[in-house]
Amino acid sequence: MDGAAARIPDGPGLHTVVLAPGADLAGFRAAARRLAAAGLPPERVAWSAGGTGILFGAADLAEAPPLRLPRAVADLVPMVVPHRDPERYALLYRLIWRVLSGERHLAEIASDPTVHRLGRMRKAIARDLHKMHAFLRFRRSETDGAERFTAWFEPDHHILEAAAPFFVERFRSLHWSILTPDGSAHWDGTHLSFGPPGQRGDLPEGDGFEAGWRAYYESTFNPARTNPKAMLAEMPKKYWRNMPETLAIPALIRAADPRTRAMIEREPRLPARRDPERAVAAMGDDAPKTLEALNAVIARSAPLVPGATQAVLGEGPVGAAIAFVGEQPGDQEDRQGRPFVGPAGQLLTRAMAEAGIAREASYLTNAVKHFKFEERGKRRIHQKPNAGEVSHYRWWLDRELDFVAPRLVVALGATAVLALTGKAVPVTRARGPFRFERFDDRFAGFVTVHPSYLLRLPDEAKEEAYAAFVDDLRRAEALGRELAG
Amino acid sequence: MDETFAKKLRILADAAKYDASCASSGAPKRAVERDGLGSTTGAGICHAYTPDGRCVSLLKILLTNWCLFDCAYCVNRRSSNVRRAKFTVEEVVRLTLEFYKRNYIEGLFLSSGIIKSPDHTMELLTRVARSLRRDHGFRGYIHLKTIPEASPWLIEEAGLYADRLSINVELPTEASLERLAPEKDGASIAGAMAQIGERIAEAKAEKRRFSPAGQSTQVIVGADATTDEALIRKSADLYGRVGLRRVYYSAFSPIPDGAAILPLKAPPLQREHRLYQADWLIRYYEFSPDDVAAASDDGMLALDVDPKLAWALKNRARFPVDVNRADREMLLRVPGLGARAVDRIVAARRHTTLRLEDVGRLTSALKRARPFLIAADHSPGGLTDRLDLRARLAEPARQLSLF
Repeated sequence: MDGAAARIPDGPGLHTVVLAPGADLAGFRAAARRLAAAGLPPERVAWSAGGTGILFGAADLAEAPPLRLPRAVADLVPMVVPHRDPERYALLYRLIWRVLSGERHLAEIASDPTVHRLGRMRKAIARDLHKMHAFLRFRRSETDGAERFTAWFEPDHHILEAAAPFFVERFRSLHWSILTPDGSAHWDGTHLSFGPPGQRGDLPEGDGFEAGWRAYYESTFNPARTNPKAMLAEMPKKYWRNMPETLAIPALIRAADPRTRAMIEREPRLPARRDPERAVAAMGDDAPKTLEALNAVIARSAPLVPGATQAVLGEGPVGAAIAFVGEQPGDQEDRQGRPFVGPAGQLLTRAMAEAGIAREASYLTNAVKHFKFEERGKRRIHQKPNAGEVSHYRWWLDRELDFVAPRLVVALGATAVLALTGKAVPVTRARGPFRFERFDDRFAGFVTVHPSYLLRLPDEAKEEAYAAFVDDLRRAEALGRELAG
Repeated sequence: MDETFAKKLRILADAAKYDASCASSGAPKRAVERDGLGSTTGAGICHAYTPDGRCVSLLKILLTNWCLFDCAYCVNRRSSNVRRAKFTVEEVVRLTLEFYKRNYIEGLFLSSGIIKSPDHTMELLTRVARSLRRDHGFRGYIHLKTIPEASPWLIEEAGLYADRLSINVELPTEASLERLAPEKDGASIAGAMAQIGERIAEAKAEKRRFSPAGQSTQVIVGADATTDEALIRKSADLYGRVGLRRVYYSAFSPIPDGAAILPLKAPPLQREHRLYQADWLIRYYEFSPDDVAAASDDGMLALDVDPKLAWALKNRARFPVDVNRADREMLLRVPGLGARAVDRIVAARRHTTLRLEDVGRLTSALKRARPFLIAADHSPGGLTDRLDLRARLAEPARQLSLF
C-alpha cells in the first residue's frame, strides 16, 4: 500500500482529500502539510480513503515542508492511521490544526475529548497488534525438504505492515507467509515483501503439531479455577476460528464442574508406592565427599566464562602446608590442562624454589577454573574475569580448600584476593599477611602479586619486583613453618 | 507428534499447571541472530487463554513428575497415585522449538520432580536450557525452576542461560514446611534465593547476562493458617532483601488424588485476587506492609472491597483529595485511580483545570473515586463520611469459581 500523494482541489468550500485504502501514512502526512500550509481549517476538509468517485479540481495544493509538531503528536499519528474508523484522518488533522494554532500541549491533556478519542484509537491499534502477535498461528508445510510456515489472520485494523517486523525479528531463519483479507506479507529469510490478500483456504493442510498443542492446552487448564469470563475478556470469540486449540474449549468447560467435584469428594487412597526412605536419605547427601569427587564435578561442568576448552583443576597433595591461589588458567594451562605451566607459572616455580618452597609439596589452583579469552585471529587473548564470574567459581574454590586444608593460603593477585574475601581489595594495600575473614581462621592468609604482573613490567623494574616477590614467598614459607610449629 | 509422546505431554503439562507463574516479561528486548530463532519483547505475550482465565505464554511442563519429595499439597508427591512420565532432554528441546516456530509460545518454563538427587535433576534442567541456547541459537524466553537443595554451582550455570530463575517458597512458615513438606528446608530455600539475588545484581552491574528477568517465587494460599498480612510482609521482605521481581499467590486448588493430611476444598480465588491487589499496592503505589495491615481486619483483607478502598474507608480523614492540587503520592491513594490515570492527571492539570467529567475520561472507575475526590465542579460533601459508603461501593459477590 504505497502512500498516494494527496490531491486537493482548488477553490472555496469543501476540499476533499483522497488517500489510498488502508493505512496511508505517507499520503496523510503529505496532505496535512499542504493543508496546513494553505491555512485550511479542519471544517473545510473532507477525508476519503479508497477513491470513492470524488472529483478533483485541476490544480493540487503546492508541496509543503514538514510540520513542526511536538513529539507526542508526531508519535501518535502513525499509531492511529491504521485504524479502520473512517474519521481517523479528520480527527488527526483536527488535532494537528489545534496544536499549530497555539495549543502546543494539547496532546498532554488526555481529558480533552479529541485527544481522548484518539488515545482510545491508539489503544485499539496497540491491542490489535498485540493480539496479532499473540494469536496468529503458523502451519508448517514441506516441499522438497524445505520447511515453510503459513498463517491466516484477520486483524481488526490495517496493521499488517506494522505487525510484520515483529515476525521478522522472531522468525528470521524461517520462511513464512502471513495471509490476511487485506493483504499478505512474505519473508524468504532475507526480504520482507507485501502482496495481495489471501484466503483461509490457502493454508496448507495437516500440521501434526496442532493436535499436540491442543493436548497441551487441555492439560494446562485447571478445572477447579474455571472462569470463562476472564478468558473471553482477553481472547474474544472472534479469534477462535484461527486458533486450533480453541476447539477444546466447550468440552473443557462442560467437564470442569464434574471433574472438580470428583477430586474433592474422592477419599484419599493409600499411596501405592513404597516409601523410598533410602533414596531420600541418599539424596540429601549429594555433595562431593573427596577432592577427587569435587574435581570430577568441576571437570564435567560447562565453563561459566566465555572461551575455555577444558577445566584446569588444582594440583598438589591434600594436606599441603601452603596453597597458592591464582587468577585463572592461561593459554598454555588451557591446552595442557594443568595449572601454572605457562610463562607466569614457570616464573612462579622458579621463585618458589629460590624461596625454599617445593612445588610438589604445595597445592596450586586458580580462583576461576576455566580460561576466559576472546579469539582474535589465531590468538586467544586473555580476559580478566569480572566479579560476578569470580563468584560463580567461588563455591568450588571454597570446597577445594576445605579438602586440602592447608595451614596457609597465598593469594596471587587481585582476583585471588577477590575470590577469597568476596571484596575488591587492592593488592598493594593488602600485601603481606592477611586474614581472609570468610574462612573463620581455618587457615592463615598471605597476599602478594600475581607472577604475570612481573612479566608485564618494563625490564628495568623487573629485577627489583622479582626480588620483592621472592622475598614475599620467603616470608610466606617462614609463616607456614611457624604455623606447623 | 505420535500418540505416546502426546500422552507424556499431557501428563507432564498437567503436573506443571499448579505453578501460577506464566510471565514472559522482564527480559531485555532482543532479536534473533542470523541463524537463530526467537526474540523477547520486554513486556511478554500471552499466546492463548484457557477457560480458567489464565494465560498461556510459556510451554510450562515438568521434565518428570517422578519425585522423591512428599509435599502434601503437591500433585506429584511421591505418595500420590498419579500417572508418571519422563521426558528426555532432547524431547523437551524439540517440543519447545516446534511449538515456538508455530507461534504458540514465548518460550519454556521448565520444572521437575526431584529424581535420583537434586544435583542430577538440576543438571538435567540446565542441559535443556544450554542445548536450546547453544545448539539451537534459541533466543526466546526460558524460565527455569531452581532446585534449592542442589549444589550452588549448578545455580551459577543455570542463570547463564535462563531469563528467569525461580524457587518456590510455597509455605511461608517453618512450621508449615515441617508439617506439609517434610523434605524441604527453609534455610536452603532462603540461601539459594539470596545467592541468585546476589548474582543477578552483580551481573546487572557488569552488564552480563544472568537471569536478566530476575527471580520470582510462589506461595500457596489457603493450605495453612498464615494470614494475608503475614503473606504480604513476607513478600515485602523478599522484594527488599533478595530483589525478587514477583511473588505469585496460588490459591490452594484441588488436585487429583489429594493427601489425607490436607483435605481438598474449593480454591480461595477471591482471597488470592485481593492478595495480588495488595502486592500491587506495595510494588507500584508506595504502600507499606503497615498500610496493608491497616486495611485488614485481624490480618485478613476484606473480600467485598479491594485493599485500596479498604484503606481509604479506614482513613477517611485523609480525603477528599483535590484532583487539581494533591501531590502524586496522595492521588495514588485514591480508590479507582490507577497509576496510569494519576500520571495523566498530573500531566493534564499543568495545562487545564480538571472537572469531574474530565477525570471520567482518565479512569474507568469514577464511581469508586468520586466520594474521595474534589474536582473543579465537584465536591463529595458529606459522601466521604457516610456510614453506608462501604455498602455503596462494595462489589456484589462475584462468581469467581464454580462453587
